[in-house]
Amino acid sequence: MLRVSLLKRRPEFTLTASFAAPTPGVIALFGRSGSGKTTLIEMIAGLLPPDEGQVQLGGTVLTDTRARIAVAPERRRIGYVFQDSRLFPHLTAAGNLRYGLKRARSVPHAIRFEEVVDLLGLASLLHRRPHQLSGGERQRVALGRALLSQPQLLLLDEPLAALDVARREEVLPYLERLRDWLSIPMVYVSHQFEEVLRLATYLVLLEEGRVLAAGPVGEISLRSELRSILAPDLVGSVIEGLVTGVDAAGGTADLAIGSGKLQVSLRDVPVGARVRVQLLARDIILATQPIEGLSVRNALLGTVTEVTPEMQASVLIKVDVGGPIVLARITEGARAALRLAPGDAVWALVKAVSTRGHAFRLFGAPARRA
Amino acid sequence: MEPVSSAELEALRLSLEVATRSVAFSLPLAVLVAWILTRARFPGRTLFDAFVHLPLVLPPVAVGYVLLLLLGAQAPLGRWLQAGFGVHLPFTTAGAALATAVMTFPLMVRAVRLSLENVDRGLEAAACTLGAGPLDRFLTITLPLMLPGILAGAVTAFAAGLGEFGAVITFAANIPGVTRTLPLALYTAMQSPDGDPLALRLAILSFVLGLAGLLLAELLVRRVRRLLGR
Repeated sequence: MLRVSLLKRRPEFTLTASFAAPTPGVIALFGRSGSGKTTLIEMIAGLLPPDEGQVQLGGTVLTDTRARIAVAPERRRIGYVFQDSRLFPHLTAAGNLRYGLKRARSVPHAIRFEEVVDLLGLASLLHRRPHQLSGGERQRVALGRALLSQPQLLLLDEPLAALDVARREEVLPYLERLRDWLSIPMVYVSHQFEEVLRLATYLVLLEEGRVLAAGPVGEISLRSELRSILAPDLVGSVIEGLVTGVDAAGGTADLAIGSGKLQVSLRDVPVGARVRVQLLARDIILATQPIEGLSVRNALLGTVTEVTPEMQASVLIKVDVGGPIVLARITEGARAALRLAPGDAVWALVKAVSTRGHAFRLFGAPARRA
Repeated sequence: MEPVSSAELEALRLSLEVATRSVAFSLPLAVLVAWILTRARFPGRTLFDAFVHLPLVLPPVAVGYVLLLLLGAQAPLGRWLQAGFGVHLPFTTAGAALATAVMTFPLMVRAVRLSLENVDRGLEAAACTLGAGPLDRFLTITLPLMLPGILAGAVTAFAAGLGEFGAVITFAANIPGVTRTLPLALYTAMQSPDGDPLALRLAILSFVLGLAGLLLAELLVRRVRRLLGR
């Protein structure tokens, strides 16, 4: 468990943030720039002293202003990957990787040098200096350097923000591998919801220095607080399911979700893998009767649980489809025509193809360590 | 013109020795003072800063005179050094080196300080999260990154130290073989009726030495910068 309860007064704003997130796992701090994300993790790392508060990781108290406890950052064993990588320019990539490793003498080396080089694909970069590396390569070395310091917590401060889209794709799979293969808890700071979707297990929403909501990603995806941060087109429920069947030729996979079944576009996943999909609210069609002769692959029978008016004459409707909840956005006119109200039975129609790009493996690989 | 005389060689050797000793003495101190001026916050910092830079604006003779007042055989500090450590500074080569060190100190502090200000503190924070304590961080990150400035400061101070005149002649006098460095030998040659050829050769020598020093500094800095990847 990572327990954080911190207060920091800044001239621009006051940060008062509290959350307790399960570990291991990836805790995403999500919010717009200026919401206090970096300030928060600098305090967790011990680089910035809070005015008041506590930081507790597992059973260890790292910061407690009342008890006057402030473990020095160099003794916290908290790895930090900075937005701008901050590789030491006078050392090679290998020298950078070994910097933290050499200083972790007192703890057993659970993460070995060769292992990290393998996991992050660094073998060909070892002899190069930071200025000879691309942005993506630099971030991978920075990631490896932090890992090799044998951290008990890894903080990642928008590690992809300084990279263009192509370079992000160069680093993201490695982050997924870290999450799946190592049991190190991570705090991932981002303002890109797609990164959160792909990586996070627990989501903390920050706005103007306050925690708006915190919880598992699927749960938070349904909360109205998220909608105040996210662009309307990105609103949609996040559902996790197990792959029960794969149609390699059609490029689709069947997921078991709750009591139902969902066909999504997804390639290269084995049967039995856990998969996360986001069903965008704007892509969901609601029907009050079963419909035939449509190209839509999924018709999930469910019950309307909530109708929330939005701006621009649209409504957001929550449908319980036998456990999982689906969010659908329709116009107020359509809702009135169908007379949809809480308690009504509806079919939620989901095009398999509209789930493309949001299907992600989660903990797909077997845990390497117990 | 006659071949290079032993007096000339003696002056050259002395100049090199005095400059080397002055740099060796003042470099660690310059790093410390630069660090204090850049990183420490304390009342009187501005005054301390001005004090360090004083030799730049004071007449060198005045600096030599102050040293004589402080460290002379009759002064308390001078007597204490003589009695406690057997160190006698006025009118010695070591004294010439000290006077030179005081005069070139601001030059060195300036260069070192500039390089320290350019060290990205984010890198030190990164080293911190990797388990490096304050001294460890300074030695493995800050100091190597300051190296171009330290080298530039050292070579510039060395080149300037070869030619220090006023403070040396006041504090250490003009003793052949002991404190008669290049500029003092040049001055002495100019004072003697038939010393013009010697004076000219010494002037040319000083010119060549100074130029070589500055070029060397530039070259070293470029080399180290490339090593640091900038």
